[in-house]
Amino acid sequence: MKTFLRILAGLVIIGVVALLAFIFVPVQRTEPAQALAADWEPAEGQGEYVLDAADCVACHTSDDGERLAGGRAIASPMGTIWSTNITPDPETGIGEWSYADFRAAMVDGLEPDGTHLYPAMPYENYRLMSEEDIRALYDYLMTEVEPVSNEVQETELSFPFNLRFGIRAWNWLALTHGPGFTPADVPELQQRGQYLVEGPGHCAACHSPRSKFMSQDGVTADEENFLAGGVIDGWNAPALRGEGSDLAKWSVGEVAAYLATGRNAHSTANGEMGLVVEHSLQKLTDEDVLAMAAFLKGVDGDAVDLPESFAAAGPTSLEAAEADETGSATAEMLASADPDMPLGARLYMDNCIGCHFATGKGAPEMFPELQGNSMVVGSETMPLISVILNGVEVPSTAKRPMSLRMQGYGERLSDDEVAELVTWLRGAWGNDAPAVSPADVAKVREAGEAH
Amino acid sequence: MARQEKKKDVVIVGLGWTGSIAGIELAQEGLDIVALERGHDQNTVPNFEYPQQIDELKYGVRLKMMQKPSQQTVTVRRNGGETALPYRQLGSFLPGNGVGGAGTHWNGLNWRPQEVELRLRSYVEETFGADIIPEGMNLGDYPVSYDELEPFFTQFEKVAGISGYAGNLNGEIREGGNPFEGWRSEDFPMPPMPTTYDSSKFRDAAAAMGYHPFPASAGIASTSYVNPYGMQMGPCNFCGFCERFGCYQYSKSSPQTTILGALKRYPNFEYRTQSEVLRVELAEDGQTATGVTYWDEAAQEEVFQPADIVILSSYQLNNVHLMLLSGLGEVYDPLTGEGTLGKNYAYQMNGGISMFFKDEEFNPFVGHGANGICIDDFSISQNDFGAEGFIGGSYWRSGTFNGQPIRNMPLPAGTPAWGAGWKQAIGETYGHAMSIGSHGSHMAYANNHLDLDPTYTDRHGRPLMRMTFNWQDNDLRMNQFMKSKMEPLAASMNPDSMRAGFKGPGAEYDVRPYQTTHNTGGHIMSENAREGAVNRYCQSWKAHNVFAMGAGNFVQNTQYNPTGLVGGLAYHTVNAIRTQYLSNPRPLV
Repeated sequence: MKTFLRILAGLVIIGVVALLAFIFVPVQRTEPAQALAADWEPAEGQGEYVLDAADCVACHTSDDGERLAGGRAIASPMGTIWSTNITPDPETGIGEWSYADFRAAMVDGLEPDGTHLYPAMPYENYRLMSEEDIRALYDYLMTEVEPVSNEVQETELSFPFNLRFGIRAWNWLALTHGPGFTPADVPELQQRGQYLVEGPGHCAACHSPRSKFMSQDGVTADEENFLAGGVIDGWNAPALRGEGSDLAKWSVGEVAAYLATGRNAHSTANGEMGLVVEHSLQKLTDEDVLAMAAFLKGVDGDAVDLPESFAAAGPTSLEAAEADETGSATAEMLASADPDMPLGARLYMDNCIGCHFATGKGAPEMFPELQGNSMVVGSETMPLISVILNGVEVPSTAKRPMSLRMQGYGERLSDDEVAELVTWLRGAWGNDAPAVSPADVAKVREAGEAH
Repeated sequence: MARQEKKKDVVIVGLGWTGSIAGIELAQEGLDIVALERGHDQNTVPNFEYPQQIDELKYGVRLKMMQKPSQQTVTVRRNGGETALPYRQLGSFLPGNGVGGAGTHWNGLNWRPQEVELRLRSYVEETFGADIIPEGMNLGDYPVSYDELEPFFTQFEKVAGISGYAGNLNGEIREGGNPFEGWRSEDFPMPPMPTTYDSSKFRDAAAAMGYHPFPASAGIASTSYVNPYGMQMGPCNFCGFCERFGCYQYSKSSPQTTILGALKRYPNFEYRTQSEVLRVELAEDGQTATGVTYWDEAAQEEVFQPADIVILSSYQLNNVHLMLLSGLGEVYDPLTGEGTLGKNYAYQMNGGISMFFKDEEFNPFVGHGANGICIDDFSISQNDFGAEGFIGGSYWRSGTFNGQPIRNMPLPAGTPAWGAGWKQAIGETYGHAMSIGSHGSHMAYANNHLDLDPTYTDRHGRPLMRMTFNWQDNDLRMNQFMKSKMEPLAASMNPDSMRAGFKGPGAEYDVRPYQTTHNTGGHIMSENAREGAVNRYCQSWKAHNVFAMGAGNFVQNTQYNPTGLVGGLAYHTVNAIRTQYLSNPRPLV
């Protein structure tokens, strides 16, 4: 018995010591595989380019705040996380951070004092970035960004998520890759695309599903669920690969056009993706955008046909597509203008058909296709309902400067009518997604515009 | 004491078509630019939203997109013997208001002038002799040729997104296009719009009489379109709400759809709305402008905006008014022919025939502003002026623009104007009528001119501009000639009845009914400083850093809608500024 108690006491002590160690022994920072030469300096503009490619501005700038001064609310399943001030202000920003401190945040998710960052900061992805890029970004933030004194709100999640040391364990599960980037066996351009997609672009943060521990299920291209589709803040982040995905149907040039301009022959980017286009993708070089598109198209091993250019300046006249076989029955029903058609179809005739047409194919680069549209048939119905109620905007971009705004119909259509319309859209032209209810619409109406 | 703003390289007065063109082309040079716009800002969404926008009563009848006479108007008289009175209610012409200007509410008819129209005096003298030119007609040549303007017409058409089919491609006449148009270096950037039933009926009848029908050239998108600035248009759905309305569909060519989004991205460009320019300020020696003074509506104060270059790109009437108020030339005197400002104000001479067919359904609500099939068989280059006794011509067009119930209810002659008989006729006729329009030239005359009114002032205390204008026999004879040619064509279509509307001998100008907002001239282009207000680059003869855009430059009006020539001249001017003026500011002629 004594022996047993002794063993038990010993185990408890070991346990307590382990727990204390888990909580208090500082986490080791990952060292760079190869240190940069002492006289290494980033190329002109490299740091700002990395900032754009990594879309830092989108999270670290609040709607009416100074650039990079933080304070933006990031919704997470655990509660609201407030983004930090990453200007070089010594008090409220990162002015006192050494390069090693900065690197630890990017690679290990650690603050200088060893506190764990919440993984809303996508260090799962940024840890794949090259040493040169992380360093260039640091130099840019420290020397080219004006310090802004802005004390941002502390993130205060509820128990147990307020115990940040728990992230240490989470990191054991999540950080199974990197640091550093491992290119796949593909041509150089696609490797560059892979780097941008996996690392700075952190596409997997939204477009890969989440594991049961809420880590990204598929961070690198060799993982099965990489970019297989996820859900973020009530939006479907559609699968970027596999049968039935939009990308399987689009050409490399169309993917590139979508990334760089938020619009292509089939679809438009809005909501979360609109922000990515606005703050990040439109600022990348043509070659990098093409590299990302080429990588995404080839991720399942398909041949990649590179276009000579994409989203070129006009004059370009683009004919709208005819109805296809799957959509022809709906198109014919609408064209018949039969007064006995269902209410949803009649509402479509009265409000939507002028731009999206009887074919459901819309018009290239202007009015998105509704047939097979991932927002129309997605598991999350809030975005589609919000677009109909509140309208939506595709941002002005360098190559397509028109800010393309669809008006809202919230004042014109009741909750019942929007539910009829949405339900009809989700079943028209071969679409096959479940109905929505007026209560679903009411909830979205109450919440106001999504973005 | 006026507030003073920081000096700019360029100040643009009015942010419509030509202001937007000047803005983007000069922004590409890296110049620091401000555009001052009298009206409000407006965008497709929210300002032109469906269905609020397609409200005929609000916009079509009550003219909510237009300039209010209380903001600005003119006084009108028919001749020097009358006392001019203010145009207190919009009727005959409808100047626009707000960002985009008339480019937001036009019909989208985009034409180039014929080659001979730009050298009309020489053409008349060479072909028919100078003695056919009537007394009092100021017939002139433009100081720039069609060949010189051709690249700029093409450039504007690419930017504006014009649908059509070239009839003269580098001199080759193409079946199905307009054989009488000036040569085009390239085909239209978009294919022609589809044809409505009335148009195809007209096409068949015209072809049967040996005429040469072709699709109207339309600032309306027939497909999705991307222009050279990357700006975009979406295909038109034929809703029939173009003229007097903003387009909710991104289908109508406008500064909003084709330029402004791209322009606003330039950090060296800014624009201020509710900022009405009151006058151009000249340097002490009067040789250059120092900037403009404007009224800041929000601050309720006058502001001086210094600038190295002043671009006058407001509406024709306003441009002439500003030049008169600022002393940018001598005022034209119709008795002596001396002076240049206000000279050669011209308009348009239009007519048409409505035809009624009990057994035909035209669905007039399926249309757009530039819909139709045209013929140019009676255009300026085709008419024998000597034999017919007039100088001029017209193009004809048939195609429904809209089926709006208040303003588009053509009824057979003899129908009661109200009561049960009227109602019955509406029921029987709506949807069973089609029309052919004649859109004719208007020459310039000593009588028709613009100057400052001696009596009336505007809200800023400035004298109103005075319009002296009346129809002249030459153009009325042209109009009657069109009637005589159009009636047999209309009759060949066998309508149950038809009703012609052509002004004839003795007709006098009436400001009440809408006629057209193609007001032209007043700061005309000329070979020398004696004959006009601006040179071939639309540069002021008086102050070389002032450039005046728009239809005020027209020596006399053409037979076409003015936008194509306005756009071509704007690109021609901006090209001259970019390639000749900036490196060495000076009079370019």
